[in-house]
Amino acid sequence: SFSFSPTFTFSKFQILSRIPQPASLPALDISTNSNGPKQDSLMDDDPEDLFAGATEEVSLDSPERDVLLSDGPSPAITPITPPTSVIAPRIGHIEEEEGGDSFDVHISVSDPEKTSLSVFKQRDFSVKRRFSDFLGLHSKLASKYLHIGYIVPPAPEKSIVGMTKVKVGKEDQSSNEFVEKRRSALERYLMRTVKHPILLKDPDVLQFLENSELPRAVNTQALSSAGILRMVNKAADAVNKMTIKMNESDAWFEEKQQHFENLDVQLRKLHASVESLVCHRKELSVNTAQFAKSAAMLGNSEDHTALSRALSQLAEVEEKIDQLHQDQANADFYLFSELLGDYVRLITAVKGVFDHRIKTWQKWQDSQVLLLKKREAEAKLQFTNKPDKLQQAKDEIKELEGKVQQGERDFEQISKIIRKEVGRFEKERVKDFKTIIVKYLESLVQTQQQLIKYWEAFLPEAKAIS
Amino acid sequence: MLKGFRSHDLCVLLQPRAMNVDLEMDATLQVDISDALSERDKVKFTVHTKSTLPNFKQNEFSVVRQHEEFIWLHDSFIENEDYAGYIIPPAPPRPDFDASREKLQKLGEGEGSMTKEEFTKMKQELEAEYLAIFKKTVAMHEVFLCRVAAHPVLRKDLNFHVFLEYNQDLSVRGKNKKEKLEDFFKNVVKSADGVLVAGVKDVDDFFEHEKTFLLEYHNRVKDASAKCDRMIRSHKNAADDMNRIASSLYTLGTQDSMDLCKFFLKVSELFDKTRKVEARVAADEDLKLADLLKYYLRESQAAKDLLYRRSRALVDYENANKGLDKARAKNRDVLQAETSQQLCCHKFEKISESAKQELIDFKTRRVAAFRKNLVELAELELKHAKGNLQLLQSCVGVLNSNT
Repeated sequence: SFSFSPTFTFSKFQILSRIPQPASLPALDISTNSNGPKQDSLMDDDPEDLFAGATEEVSLDSPERDVLLSDGPSPAITPITPPTSVIAPRIGHIEEEEGGDSFDVHISVSDPEKTSLSVFKQRDFSVKRRFSDFLGLHSKLASKYLHIGYIVPPAPEKSIVGMTKVKVGKEDQSSNEFVEKRRSALERYLMRTVKHPILLKDPDVLQFLENSELPRAVNTQALSSAGILRMVNKAADAVNKMTIKMNESDAWFEEKQQHFENLDVQLRKLHASVESLVCHRKELSVNTAQFAKSAAMLGNSEDHTALSRALSQLAEVEEKIDQLHQDQANADFYLFSELLGDYVRLITAVKGVFDHRIKTWQKWQDSQVLLLKKREAEAKLQFTNKPDKLQQAKDEIKELEGKVQQGERDFEQISKIIRKEVGRFEKERVKDFKTIIVKYLESLVQTQQQLIKYWEAFLPEAKAIS
Repeated sequence: MLKGFRSHDLCVLLQPRAMNVDLEMDATLQVDISDALSERDKVKFTVHTKSTLPNFKQNEFSVVRQHEEFIWLHDSFIENEDYAGYIIPPAPPRPDFDASREKLQKLGEGEGSMTKEEFTKMKQELEAEYLAIFKKTVAMHEVFLCRVAAHPVLRKDLNFHVFLEYNQDLSVRGKNKKEKLEDFFKNVVKSADGVLVAGVKDVDDFFEHEKTFLLEYHNRVKDASAKCDRMIRSHKNAADDMNRIASSLYTLGTQDSMDLCKFFLKVSELFDKTRKVEARVAADEDLKLADLLKYYLRESQAAKDLLYRRSRALVDYENANKGLDKARAKNRDVLQAETSQQLCCHKFEKISESAKQELIDFKTRRVAAFRKNLVELAELELKHAKGNLQLLQSCVGVLNSNT
């Protein structure tokens, strides 16, 4: 858990690190006693948490396609055994290489015997992964799942600042901070990814967690999270530029879309304010340290003995307080600011998914329009004596009818998936916000308690001046 | 004109106790600033006097004074040769509301870009800041007067009595360009001389020690004062951020899903309250620590000036001695040289005697003031931290019990 020890520094990276965790992103359940998704719960906006209870059928053999598109409603299965295995990934930083930093991904599984996935049979295991591996994983998942309505968690950004960071020395504060930010971001990213019941079953994810060596991801420039989202959402952008708005027959989608728009605006605003707080808190720490030194000097030159001693004590108190501010700034950042930053990025993914639904609808509509045209053309051909052309037309129509049917199915499928995803997402969001913000408030509590200790120690010193 | 905010006419009644000096309030002469009015570009102080001295027509009376008149009084002390042997109480700094006014102006301009609640909140904050600056300037002017009233010799000064009693405008114009230029050159000469006399080792151990001490002390107080100001500014900035965070959380609380609504609103409320505490902490640090350091920066400068005057008198005395020797050698103008030498000797000894007492008093005052303020600082820090802790713990308790 999170503590404000004055000796806390960033230079120590351990696998189970002491750095403030965005903990209690609730761990994932991978128990084998699972059910298929309940039929009715997919259709309505049901608060019942699908993944806290039963999980999806876990099977390594089912091909990807089954996971992506079900042909029809799966048979309703009776619930439910409580989750028995939990998987918690932790990430530690190993070393910096030319190609990028390496990270140690440490997975702990709480009840390995209860899972059917071979990779989770052991209680604890580690794999080594490069930063580019994480980006590679995300790009694969995004290209597979985003366009059919799954909210794929975005990977941490490759910041330009990070790439050109100058190595001043081993204990370079800003370099250490950068690595820690990245490590923490990767940990949260991975946690969110494995928590997603569908994504956890994805072979790329399993490979990522299991294989000792992954082939180096190619061309990571193109694989930045933002780049992927841009690529996959390019079509979605085209939708935004369309003047014809979708004929939304489902009020749920309209309402949710608006809700996420508002949330986006507000979270960005809040995030900006919190970032400002982090900045000012760091400044406060630096300025307090400088004042402490100055007060010590003043104490030295003061020729009244008792006052001189009191001023030195004041300097010591301020020095301790400066460390307190530094620790608090870290809490401000890692708990509060990063939570908001993560959700700003997540909501971008959510909005993308909604846009994909519109695109899917459009595709369906286009097929229908084309079918209509073809039918009209065929009707005209009836009166001409061109049996070949007529046959061709009939063939095309048959094909198009199939397309229209598929289009409708795709649209219904993506709508279904989005409903489920949004329900899951919102539930997660509520949990995340509540847990992490409370943790953050507890950090504020700790700071005040320390402050009280320091000033209580100083007060008698001040009173002792005579 | 500031949009949405009138030209301020703040009328404030103040607690008259001087804060940075520990002065014995003598029944024979008590001075305080009982009232003050801030107008567009000036501040009017109501100086209130209670005295049993026969010099005054009444036992209790008040006059209205502006900052320039305080400066006139201070300068008259500086220029008075009879007071060369005293630490002249430092002049109060000019009331400076520029920064605060600028902020209010910016707020007025930006009114359209924020919600009504945000605007009202920020306006209240800035008004509170303005009020705090105002209270401070009043306090500093009052301290000056109290120091004069407490000084055994200065309290009898005629200009001081005129300042206290004459109920018309003193019509002291600010210094014109020529006079300001003269002042400038005087200061240049003084600092050049200051270097000169600082190098001369004093035969008197007491003064030698004081010189070394004051030179170093003054520089370190200056540094501490600047660093303290920066620290407090960061503190205020952080409090401002919390204000914005509270507003954003509030908006989220009114918009978001049921599950999070109450949560956000509660946290918003907490940030709002805790922000007020943080702002108070910064304000109290400003009052008890920053102002203390600033005051002793000015006082230590005044003490240095005293030492300088004494050194000048010493140099004059030594020169007069040399002049007398020369005159005796040439046997010309001996009487004149003798008189001159006696005058210089007398002046030097008089200054030395009173300077010694002044410097001892200075130390006593300084120690007392630091003690008082450091104790009060620690007590206030504790009070606020405990208050903050309580707010945070109760909020966390409520949030934990709701989930």
